[in-house]
Amino acid sequence: MAADDQAAHGTEGSDEHSRRDFLYIATGAFTAFGAAAVAWPLLDTLNPAADTLAASTVDVDLAPIKPGQRITVKYRGSPVFIDRRSKVQIEEARKVPLKDLQDPETDEARVHKGKDEWLVIVGVCTHLGCIPLGQTPGSKRGEFGGWFCPCHGSHYDTSGRIRKGPAPTNLPVPDYRFTSDTRIRLGEKPKEDTKAGS
Amino acid sequence: MSANAGHGAPQGTPRGRTANWIERRLPVFSTMEHFSQYPTPKNLNYWWNFGSIAGFVLVAMIVTGIVLAMHYTPHVDHAFNSVERIMRDVNYGWLIRYLHANGGAMFFLVVYIHLFRGLYYGSYKAPREIIWWLGIIILLLMMATAFMGYVLPWGQMSFWAAKVITNLFSAIPWVGESITTWLWGGFTVDNPTLNRFFSLHYLLPFVIVGVVVLHIAALHTVKSGNPLGVEAKTPKDTIPFHPYYTVKDLFGLGVFMLVWAFFVFYAPNFMGHPDNYIPADSLATPAHIVPEWYFLPYYAILRAFTADFFMYWPISWLITAKFAGVIAMFGSLLILFLMPWLDTSEVRSSRFRPIYKIFFWVFVIDTIILGYVGANAPDEVAHIALLGLFDFSTGLTWLTIGEITTFWYFFHFIILVPVIGRMERPRPLPHSISEPVLGGGAVGGGAAAQSRPGPMEKA
Repeated sequence: MAADDQAAHGTEGSDEHSRRDFLYIATGAFTAFGAAAVAWPLLDTLNPAADTLAASTVDVDLAPIKPGQRITVKYRGSPVFIDRRSKVQIEEARKVPLKDLQDPETDEARVHKGKDEWLVIVGVCTHLGCIPLGQTPGSKRGEFGGWFCPCHGSHYDTSGRIRKGPAPTNLPVPDYRFTSDTRIRLGEKPKEDTKAGS
Repeated sequence: MSANAGHGAPQGTPRGRTANWIERRLPVFSTMEHFSQYPTPKNLNYWWNFGSIAGFVLVAMIVTGIVLAMHYTPHVDHAFNSVERIMRDVNYGWLIRYLHANGGAMFFLVVYIHLFRGLYYGSYKAPREIIWWLGIIILLLMMATAFMGYVLPWGQMSFWAAKVITNLFSAIPWVGESITTWLWGGFTVDNPTLNRFFSLHYLLPFVIVGVVVLHIAALHTVKSGNPLGVEAKTPKDTIPFHPYYTVKDLFGLGVFMLVWAFFVFYAPNFMGHPDNYIPADSLATPAHIVPEWYFLPYYAILRAFTADFFMYWPISWLITAKFAGVIAMFGSLLILFLMPWLDTSEVRSSRFRPIYKIFFWVFVIDTIILGYVGANAPDEVAHIALLGLFDFSTGLTWLTIGEITTFWYFFHFIILVPVIGRMERPRPLPHSISEPVLGGGAVGGGAAAQSRPGPMEKA
């Protein structure tokens, strides 16, 4: 039918043609817009739901942690490593020149000001999401004394920075703030001026 | 779909009045006749069995899977226990689950043989390109389905497989993080992830059925290839599918089912990992995580891309080694789409391609070595050992071997296949399928006679 019409009108001049083309394009555009409007809610249902987003702060009491001790807490389904570092470990992290790092970042930028001994990092390897070893006494800590991911051999240093292996970036520092000297709340941004470096 | 000329009108075998009534409204009978009379080259060997075996496994997986879904609970608190309940309490639950779990591996075994058969006999060449592409789409869908099915028991390997594979997408620049969050439905692999994987694991097999229908429709449009790679020219070159190939396929299917039954009844966990009988723990990764055997070569390619890998150097200024590994892993499959263009040879069958044939087998060995590499820790020195008979160290780490074999994988497709196609001098082809059997071929009779295997050709 459409083909017949076009053939019939084709000889009469381009006016009829362009009006019909306009209708086709307008209809097509409208349909595409409608399809996208329906597709977006369907796709967006797969993003984190409100209750998943709501469960987003965790309070941690640091008082029982002894110097040199590491603990793991669960935050947003993933482990967060809290490391009360010794002077030696801090020293080790700070004497490394930035140019030796795969993902250059100073140790000072990864801890809160005046809280140098407390390293808080998300314990999920930035390569493919395994949990690095090093949290329990006697477990492998890798060549740089931090953490070692057994899946594909990534080594992290005492600041949780990637030093060797396939992981592309440092273990990330989550949002947290000190609610008192010995308590932190994961999931809240620090007040200005307590976070050094950045 | 029917290649028969007639519509409702009675033709071919006579039918009763009821059959004719139905036929005029829905061409059931002519379609059945099309399949039974489908003219098939008379020289197909046993490598041609694997398509129909794959179809059978697909149906068997859907049937066992639907039954399993009736007893399974897709929730992080209940999934592991519901699977154990299937194993212990549900009547014959152990049988259905072991059939399904081992069936997945059997499906890949069959499909990989089917795929290598296509590579050896040039099944991707004109006019069969679309059959080939649909086949690759089926393979990709199978991989997605198998991966999500593996996650459902919610054991340690399930959980960490989900974690590692979804994390592959985080390598994509800029949008990677949002994509992984979207895939997870949260901040890590958790209950929303398990729920959607279950939904998709149930859906995708039916999508595969749809693509299989297209795969077969395209096949029946251009007709089957054969080991000689010369097209069937006269009715003398073909025989009807039924009963000749139904019986041959059924025999092959019987042999295949013996293999499947062996694993189900005698070694049901041979291809599994003991760690998957530990419930998922999001705070502890198993010491040694490896994918199922059918993913090992891709895993080896993924891991080969480290900052020191020479194939990564040229692109190191542009993307991370991790992203390069992800691209290479998917690329190793997607490159198959290009085979109709990469292979420049006019000759389909490797039987008449003396040089390509050698490199075909080198390539097969390369993929098997990649599989070994994928199963081993990258930093360890590779030992080759067999049951204490011998054990020698190669002096190379598995990573180095993985890098060499990864290089060869792409070198084979990108360099060797096009170059050999141009330079190789193929052996003379027979004029027809019948010629090598009946003799009487003037041209290339001797050459064709050398390569005359296959029981069907003697028939």
